Amino acid sequence: MFGEYSLGELTSIFVMQGFAGLILFSVFLLMALGLAIIFGQMGVINMAHGEFMILGAYVTWMCSTFFHGYLPALVPIYFFIAMILAFLVSGALGVAVEWLMIRRLYKRPLDTLLATWGLSLILQQFYRSVFGPREVGVELPQWMLGSLPVTDVIEIQINGLFVMALTTIITIAVAVMMYRSRWGMQVRAVVQNRVMAGAVGINTEKVDRYTFGIGCGIAGIAGSAFTMIGSTGPTAGQLYIVDTFLVVVFGGAASLAGTIASAFTISQAQSIMEFFLSGSIAKVLTLLAVVGILMLRPQGLFVLKVRR
Amino acid sequence: MVIRSKSADDTAFMKPLEIVSILIIAALILVVLPATLDAFRLNLVGKYLTYAFVALGLVLCWGFGGILSLGQGIFFGLGGYCMAMYLKLEASSVANTKIQSTPGIPDFMDWNQLTELPFFWLPFKSLTLTVILIIAVPTLFAFFIGAAMFKRRVGGVYFAIITQAIAAILTILIVGRQGYTGGINGITDLRTLQGWDIRTDSAKQILYFVNSGLLIACILLAQYVKRSKLGRVLVAMRDKEDRVRFSGYSVANFKIFAFCLAAAFAAIGGAMFTLQVGFMSPSFVGIVPSIEMVIYTAVGGRLSLFGAVYGTLLVNVAKTAFSESFPELWLFGLGALFIAVVMVFPNGLAGIYHSYVDPLVARLTRRRPAETEQPLHGAPAE
Amino acid sequence: MIIPPNDPQKQFVLAVEALTVSFDGFKAVNDVSFYVDENEIRVIIGPNGAGKTTVLDLICGRTRATSGSIKFRDMDLTKMSESNIVLAGVGRKFQNPSIYDDLTVFENLEISFPRGRSVFGALTFRRDAEVRRRVEEIAETIFLADHLDERAEFLSHGQKQWLEIGMLLIQDPDLMMLDEPVAGMSVSERKKTAELLHKIIKNRSVIVIEHDMKFVEDIAHRVTVLHQGKVLSEGSMDRVKHDPRVIEVYLGH
Repeated sequence: MFGEYSLGELTSIFVMQGFAGLILFSVFLLMALGLAIIFGQMGVINMAHGEFMILGAYVTWMCSTFFHGYLPALVPIYFFIAMILAFLVSGALGVAVEWLMIRRLYKRPLDTLLATWGLSLILQQFYRSVFGPREVGVELPQWMLGSLPVTDVIEIQINGLFVMALTTIITIAVAVMMYRSRWGMQVRAVVQNRVMAGAVGINTEKVDRYTFGIGCGIAGIAGSAFTMIGSTGPTAGQLYIVDTFLVVVFGGAASLAGTIASAFTISQAQSIMEFFLSGSIAKVLTLLAVVGILMLRPQGLFVLKVRR
Repeated sequence: MVIRSKSADDTAFMKPLEIVSILIIAALILVVLPATLDAFRLNLVGKYLTYAFVALGLVLCWGFGGILSLGQGIFFGLGGYCMAMYLKLEASSVANTKIQSTPGIPDFMDWNQLTELPFFWLPFKSLTLTVILIIAVPTLFAFFIGAAMFKRRVGGVYFAIITQAIAAILTILIVGRQGYTGGINGITDLRTLQGWDIRTDSAKQILYFVNSGLLIACILLAQYVKRSKLGRVLVAMRDKEDRVRFSGYSVANFKIFAFCLAAAFAAIGGAMFTLQVGFMSPSFVGIVPSIEMVIYTAVGGRLSLFGAVYGTLLVNVAKTAFSESFPELWLFGLGALFIAVVMVFPNGLAGIYHSYVDPLVARLTRRRPAETEQPLHGAPAE
Repeated sequence: MIIPPNDPQKQFVLAVEALTVSFDGFKAVNDVSFYVDENEIRVIIGPNGAGKTTVLDLICGRTRATSGSIKFRDMDLTKMSESNIVLAGVGRKFQNPSIYDDLTVFENLEISFPRGRSVFGALTFRRDAEVRRRVEEIAETIFLADHLDERAEFLSHGQKQWLEIGMLLIQDPDLMMLDEPVAGMSVSERKKTAELLHKIIKNRSVIVIEHDMKFVEDIAHRVTVLHQGKVLSEGSMDRVKHDPRVIEVYLGH
């Protein structure tokens, strides 16, 4: 399949596709981070995760419209405000959902899955009713448009770079939160032994609620970042949910490093294959490989052995 | 030493109440509905009842065994596609397709520049082989998935997600390989079964009764499984998998069996769908239809074989009614249904029946409550 | 100190040799060897975290050994599936009563009845006179004859423990392993359980994990003391009780 390309062209292809893969990686990782917290730490399957992401995207779109209409002076930095808002709105909805729904279902993970699927349908229809069925795109500030020429064949888009930088920052922030902060310690304590954590004075219900909220908030930020490279429609979230779950499960649900590694592997494999094969076959092969490996190693790729 | 235990004597295939229930279902779908509905509506009900096969399988697999498959559309679709491939070949006789550049192959293949029938289409020239494959392909596929996962102790939410991913893969594959599968439109324009035109009202009526008969047969089969020790082992497994394992059972084999049986039921439903509706497409295979089929079971009551039929009918009637008058409300309704059935009525219609109607009937007929139907086998699975 | 087999030709019911399992580098069971005779009652004691339950997990195949061997008569259990280990004649009761809440006492016992354990066998299983007789007989033994139609969920804690013992009993295993059979029981239940155990341990070998020293003294032929994954001492209760190392880590507290 490589025959028809020269070596130079091949290199460019790999670099360009690799870069496209990096953007895909960023999107996967941003979505997966929220899930890794919610599923990995709490064991809750949130099928509405994609819709929380889309909520962030719509918040960003509203900000974009608002700033372009009323505060044009602030347009260059509106994006940062939008991201914070996206985090807060999605996070708040997450806290509410946890309180109304999830906390009653902790002992029934399969039921949680069905209930959150119902939630996702409601949110989708809500978006459709409020924002219309068509996809919307945000207007990017001037400085985010255009691309940096690296060589005469290879070009790198600025918005792509920005998304990657953002992903890096958020990933580091999550890592610090999980492994260095008091909150992270409480979350891990609750995960390991709920009764004991409660006994030493951790308010386990509160920890659950905010963990879920933060996971959803991060999904909101992911959605916000997502608007920079694609448009947003009511059902866009559903397209990513299975992929994202596979990323999290593939990496080993409770491991942050595993999530990063698996998001990287899957996105790179898919985007490089996409160039040589048709998009659908690339996707099929990637999913098949992931499912196949999960069948061989169900606990994920990066999990330690413990007494069951 | 003589201890009279009711449990010990409880070996009948069906309890009186269950016999009444199945007679009511049979009367409803074989007599009442055909007598009251016009041909169009009856065909619609026939279509809904094909989903009831899937729901029935899920009762055994999910309700009893605790194995939630979010990929039942795979098996429904495979069964349906097997049937559709046979009918398509019959509809694509050389005489019917002489305007094509390659006559004698399905039209969509011709449009995609295929000049020869792909090898996996060949068995579908024979009706006997087709009937065998309708059951065999989905069941073997389920066996493969089940063996790979249950032997490695993958279960619960992981199994749910992976079946969902497989449904996604299959959909992408069908849509992407248009020349071989008919792509997004599916396999359409199906006309005759061995020369018998399946598009006429009278044919549809006959197919409706065949479908209903098969459904009742499947309910009886499921009832047999439920009442056998295997049914109790499934419940036991859902409860304490390790205890079953250390009582000398190979847990994986029981799960594989339940999953395969559910797949076979779904496949029969899929094949009957193709026959009654006249086409099959990937929109019945993917993630969304698969998870919707779970809600039929949940609404009917995940532990009730009879509930599966009522749940399927109810949800689909509601869907049709809503989509006709308030299309935008339907998704809100369906979403709310998912949440309600999990949070408020975990045992669905059957649960409501057992907690409200049953005691009432008992009071009216002056039976002592102790003699009423035993409570369902426990709480929803975890 | 391990008592070596006096006679290398002697047939043990269970021979555990150099058994080791490590979880992520931590050796939960470290080079453990012991031998169980025909019709012997062996009690394993030791502080929490000594690896007692893990040893049972290893024998019944729930956990796979890192190294070492477990021989049950002539069979190497380390290579067999859990269900085959059961079929070979090893039964195990879990620490927390592990019964099927949604089934009746009768059905709980019936599932453990050693027949029709394949998929096909379970489909064609008939509840015949023999099954009923056995179930009723066992129910009598475990003091649950009047509860056969009750859903197991509604039994008291002690009754659940007995039910699980009954489920083992109906399997009629050659080697029975009981993990803390009297834990959480009232004094009268404890007495009844001791009586029950005395009745059922005839004609089979038994391994019991127990903390209740009076109970241990009452039933044990020999005692193995585990500490931090290793065998600390072994022998008659009397001898173990006077072993200074045992006193230091366990009995002394």
